[in-house]
Amino acid sequence: MSQILFRHDRLDRAVTFAEYRAQGGFRALETALADLSPDAVQQAVIDSGLRGRGGAGFPTGKKWSFVPRNLPGPRYLICNCDEMEPGTYKDRVLLEHNPHLLVEGMALACYALGVEHAFIFIRRGYELAALNLKSSIAEAHKAGFLGANICGSTFNLDLDVHQSAGRYICGEETALMNALEGIRANPRSKPPFPAVKGLWGQPTVVNNVETLANIPAIVAHGPDWFKALAATPEGAGTKLFCVSGHVQRPLCLELPIGTPLGEIIDSHCGGMRPGSTFKACIPGGASTPYFTRDHWTVPMDFDPVAKAGSRLGTGGIVVFDQTTCMVAATLNLVRFFARESCGWCTPCREGLPFVRHILERIEAGRGDMADIEVLREHVAKLNYAFCALAPGAMGPVEGLLRLFEDEVREHITRGKCPVRLTAKG
Amino acid sequence: MIPTHLRQQLEQRVAQAITPREAAVDVMKELQRHYGWLTDEAVAEAAALLGLSPLQVEELATFYEMIYRRPVGRTVIHVCDSISCWAMGGETLLRHLEHLLGIEAGGTTADDAFTLLPCSCLGNCGTGPSLMIGDRLFGPVSPEQAAAIVADHREAG
Repeated sequence: MSQILFRHDRLDRAVTFAEYRAQGGFRALETALADLSPDAVQQAVIDSGLRGRGGAGFPTGKKWSFVPRNLPGPRYLICNCDEMEPGTYKDRVLLEHNPHLLVEGMALACYALGVEHAFIFIRRGYELAALNLKSSIAEAHKAGFLGANICGSTFNLDLDVHQSAGRYICGEETALMNALEGIRANPRSKPPFPAVKGLWGQPTVVNNVETLANIPAIVAHGPDWFKALAATPEGAGTKLFCVSGHVQRPLCLELPIGTPLGEIIDSHCGGMRPGSTFKACIPGGASTPYFTRDHWTVPMDFDPVAKAGSRLGTGGIVVFDQTTCMVAATLNLVRFFARESCGWCTPCREGLPFVRHILERIEAGRGDMADIEVLREHVAKLNYAFCALAPGAMGPVEGLLRLFEDEVREHITRGKCPVRLTAKG
Repeated sequence: MIPTHLRQQLEQRVAQAITPREAAVDVMKELQRHYGWLTDEAVAEAAALLGLSPLQVEELATFYEMIYRRPVGRTVIHVCDSISCWAMGGETLLRHLEHLLGIEAGGTTADDAFTLLPCSCLGNCGTGPSLMIGDRLFGPVSPEQAAAIVADHREAG
């Protein structure tokens, strides 16, 4: 069984609570509450090698271990479902098909962390996912898997759904906590880290939907089983890849983490559309540097992708064919980040519109060779922004300059977009 | 003035929150649903309900994409302009809708039926180009389908 998250039949509706139960759902929670200590659950997650699926890839168990044991007052778990990275839609697909898995995963995480009140922070626009979650929470309550004395134990848990109103920065974990508290969602300075001082000043863990949805299987089958699911020796588990763009069958699928890029595109997404040839892709959501045909065999796992010059990020693969102008694609991405900047720190607020402006000039055929160096300088300097939004925005720009410098130069020397010319005759 | 039942419902929501302002987004959304957009009156009412100053509510309201501090039509059509939809013809879809509705992006039709807003990723990347009309997500949307979606909505609304 290599499918954990999509193991239930892929229906055109969500798996019902009864179906989820019939297929072994909530058994991991029952087992953990009866036989395992919170520390044992945490240790299983540490041993499993699970790395955060929200983009950063930080080891989940390690993140949990940062929560101090003896601080007074409540502690919180937040499930980050503010999935707004362009090219990324895996959390929506998961929640539209199996919201119960997240509820069980959160219950197990809360048990391990000693949390009695957890939140699911869900982005605007995911109305169906939010509805599914709310009914799944109600059903779990009714069945005794949430609320007081869960499964006859001393463990209590309340789950609340917090629906956001649309702003990309809310996905940044400290900004997310501000958003939940009802404060303008600028990122907070670290330290103190959320694990020590987070939501309402209390210890808080923020995990992605996919990360938490993996926990029941880890508890049920053990860390070694989980590790063995990966296609790479150093990897662990499966990964949801959501493919979009110029492929024959764009879709969200669960594969062993470390499945090579080319295999995902060719074997699972039917290859390129008729008449299309692969030019490049974004391998892991809007903030990751491009991959080209040279990266076809790169295993899609955190370390190999980083070694190849990009980031696995969210696993949102956006595929471009030969008709795509890479300057225009980069401009689209930078426009997104410039618009979504919260404006709180100067490098991001001023830097992103400046970079956008240069790319607009180059794309329009009014660029100057000196612009290339200015762009390069900004790729380095926007690392000094307060949070990861501006450096993330520079990912595609860095990739553009490294992999497609010739195309940028051609825009400047010809005074127009060469690709759109080829594409449209 | 909002009706008593809505006020009671919102007061209840605020009372359930860990701190009153935790409910800020919900309160703003409900008031927006009532008025059609977050009017100055709604900002003042939200502030009173949340125990905040109108400026504190304003600071939040202007932050979020789905809170409208300017009048919008009865239905907002969001057209995704992020990378996956862009690659699949999102710009063409937006131009087509502008033509169809006789307005520019950002504008509202003369009969106040629709406001057309380009927006960031809708999370529907596998089936781009996408649009959201009210709370409903559609994709992939061809120009012909866009016309049908708008016509259906006009009829239903």
